[in-house]
Amino acid sequence: MPDEDNKNREEGDANFTPEMNPPDRDLPAPEGEIITGGFLSRFLNMPADNTAKTVIVALGLCLVASMIVSAAAVSLRPLQEQNAALARQAVIVDVAGIADEDGDVAEAFARFEPQVLELATGEFTDQFDPYEFDDRAAADDLTLSTPLEDDPASIRRQANYVTVYLLRNDDGSLDRVVLPVYGYGLWSTLYGFIAIEEDGNTIYGLQFYEHAETPGLGAEVDNPRWRALWRGRLIRDEAGTLAITVAKTPPPQGEEFHVDALSGATLTSRGVDNLVRFWLGERGFEPFLERVRAGEI
Amino acid sequence: MAQTYRTMLVDPMVDNNPITLQVLGICSALAVTSSLKVALVMTIAVTVVTAFSSMFISILRSQIPSSIRIIVQMIIIASLVIVVDQILRAFAYEISRTLSVFVGLIITNCIVMGRAEAFAMKNPPFASFVDGIGNGLGYGLILMLVGFVRELFGSGSLFGITILETTNNGGWYVPNGLLLLPPSAFFVIGLLIWAFRSWKPEQVEEREYKIQTVEAH
Repeated sequence: MPDEDNKNREEGDANFTPEMNPPDRDLPAPEGEIITGGFLSRFLNMPADNTAKTVIVALGLCLVASMIVSAAAVSLRPLQEQNAALARQAVIVDVAGIADEDGDVAEAFARFEPQVLELATGEFTDQFDPYEFDDRAAADDLTLSTPLEDDPASIRRQANYVTVYLLRNDDGSLDRVVLPVYGYGLWSTLYGFIAIEEDGNTIYGLQFYEHAETPGLGAEVDNPRWRALWRGRLIRDEAGTLAITVAKTPPPQGEEFHVDALSGATLTSRGVDNLVRFWLGERGFEPFLERVRAGEI
Repeated sequence: MAQTYRTMLVDPMVDNNPITLQVLGICSALAVTSSLKVALVMTIAVTVVTAFSSMFISILRSQIPSSIRIIVQMIIIASLVIVVDQILRAFAYEISRTLSVFVGLIITNCIVMGRAEAFAMKNPPFASFVDGIGNGLGYGLILMLVGFVRELFGSGSLFGITILETTNNGGWYVPNGLLLLPPSAFFVIGLLIWAFRSWKPEQVEEREYKIQTVEAH
């Protein structure tokens, strides 16, 4: 018996349990066993299948593991946020079509003139610093946002102020505006930007920088071929009715107001349709776009 | 046991490769091999996780109650994977976006769990660490081979550098679109297994049954 016992221990059989054999004091202490007294050594010498030990090992391990995980998450957050901000700027640069050949995002981003816009009036405000203003935080701030009752984009609260990015020609006239849009798709809120030409009615591009839609289906909103469908689409028809739509078939106004829905991603497409129509509508950027169309910006 | 640190490191490359011989970790091998850069990052991530999880599990092996050992292993593996994911997000943001859920899915990669259960629970920490490195690299070797074929013939480039100018960019090479899709990795891995077993016939498994021939009198 003792021979077999030692052999088991040497092979390190995971299922080896000292409980199965009555303790034999004549046995030499197995390797690694701590003979001195004290709580720790008594704990370490407990048979591994003891119930109390099972609970203590489980709790202790969870505690240590959760501390390591939280420490990593907390200490790396500033860097991750910086990366996310840079990725957001890259999308703004990209959607406006001014991405540099060498991919220097910061340099291209510097060409934009950011402005904080009051949505309801379509006027710029100098209440906030546009370089510091945080749209996402403002949308959650009770004093800076309004709850929505009729809420097609499923965003619950709409910020009163948002940051918009103006791109000007060399002579100071407006070239493009980049507006933030967001709304719920199938699994997640899609955050993105829509770039509109100086006429205030022609879309230059739409691109999302954050979402968690199904890869291969809803996540195809990131597909360059689908994104290319947005270029040159018109927002309002001649009567001034909001006509742009993401759907299987074009609206009655015609093909130039239509972006083909993604196949296999009905709910994501519907979400994009809702959020685009919401943000380009009267409660979104329409007061501002009206001023763009009038050439006031 | 005649295993030395050298064999622990080298064996998983060809003789005991986790993908071609043990046929583990296929899921992520399909998903992350459409470009070499992503495959390389995945290789590093899996190697680090396998090595360190094996080491920690080996350190704790005599204290792990056998009734909850799988959960204990999972906690260690999952914590390491989360830490790796956080580090990638902080220092390699673009790549972490491409890898997306697949970093998280290292937790369920059978190679990590397999080495923990088969090796680390029975061997000392350093040996387990080396075994983890070896298996991670063995996995990575196949990933890189598959990635090489898929990126070269699927997009005409290697590590993002154009090798074969594709027709989309005005070149002569018509890329094979199938190779960009995950299922194509099955073909490449299948061919690799065939190549490995032709080279080392001892890897060929015995048939589970034999067709008997009855001699007519």
